[in-house]
Amino acid sequence: MNVPKIPEGLIQMPGLDERDKKLVAAIQSGLPLCSHPYAEIGQQIDMAEAEVIQRLQRLLDNDFIKRMGVVVRHHELGYQSNAMVVWDVPDAQVKALGHCMGQFEFITLCYQRPRRLPEWRYNLFCMIHGRDRDDVLRCVELVVERCSLQSVAHEVLFSQRRFKQRGARY
Amino acid sequence: MSHRINQSIADKEISALELTALERRLLNDFQRDFPLSATPYADMAEKLGVSEQQVIDTLQKLKEQGAISRVGAVFRPNRVGVSTLAAMAVPLDRLEEVAQLVNEYDEVNHNYEREHDFNLWFVATARDDAHLKAVLDDIESRCGLTVLFLPLVEDYHIDLGFELKWS
Repeated sequence: MNVPKIPEGLIQMPGLDERDKKLVAAIQSGLPLCSHPYAEIGQQIDMAEAEVIQRLQRLLDNDFIKRMGVVVRHHELGYQSNAMVVWDVPDAQVKALGHCMGQFEFITLCYQRPRRLPEWRYNLFCMIHGRDRDDVLRCVELVVERCSLQSVAHEVLFSQRRFKQRGARY
Repeated sequence: MSHRINQSIADKEISALELTALERRLLNDFQRDFPLSATPYADMAEKLGVSEQQVIDTLQKLKEQGAISRVGAVFRPNRVGVSTLAAMAVPLDRLEEVAQLVNEYDEVNHNYEREHDFNLWFVATARDDAHLKAVLDDIESRCGLTVLFLPLVEDYHIDLGFELKWS
């Protein structure tokens, strides 16, 4: 195994109590499509509707939840091509370049990850969804230009078969 | 190899032309700020000038078609539970077999083939670090292949949803 330790700070769940965890478990595959979805979730875990709503609001305020809403599947909506673009960015510039990339609307994820030398040199990852391959490559060019990445090594890993895609379960 | 589109799960592209105006608005306008009121679908219906039942039925249809995976929360990675991206360089003649083995784990939620020597990329999520490590160790030993472990260090993306362009 290749350096498995996750930073301690990411493991802890500060401010999340047992009832929050029950709620997170109950909503992770989505809200029911019915008139009173929060009441229905509450019934499953013996929690009043008002408490469900209040706890979800706090999870949003605390940034445990990034957003609540309709989660679309790009591929089915005509975005047939997606690529993970990986960059070998000088450590001192990761933050600035990450912020630069994170703002493009066609970039749906932008993460710093550890290098695993010698097999893996790249430390900044972003996901680009496009209508087709050329569309994605045009987006990559735009990122190179706008963030001044001309001298930064990168690779474009187009996706092929999708073996699995669903929300996370904890 | 270069342009193959061969999905292993339901693969039907929904043409923008097949979508009604209501469907487009539901897909584009409600990726965030979903109402935290007792009757969120009724609130959406009011904004859209349709009935609550129409909103519910249309979302149900979009879900069945695969245009949406769910209506609900997108969690910030590693705030609730732990997760990691992982990669393997799988010999091509074993790719199908190894992908199916990885898929068996309930902890794995994304699993893609990508064009690279590291050709199998998956995301594993678990309640805690020990469980996550056990899953990846298990995959590694069952496949006899090294798993590149690439947990998130920093998230630079502000998720405002994804603007769908219909033209």
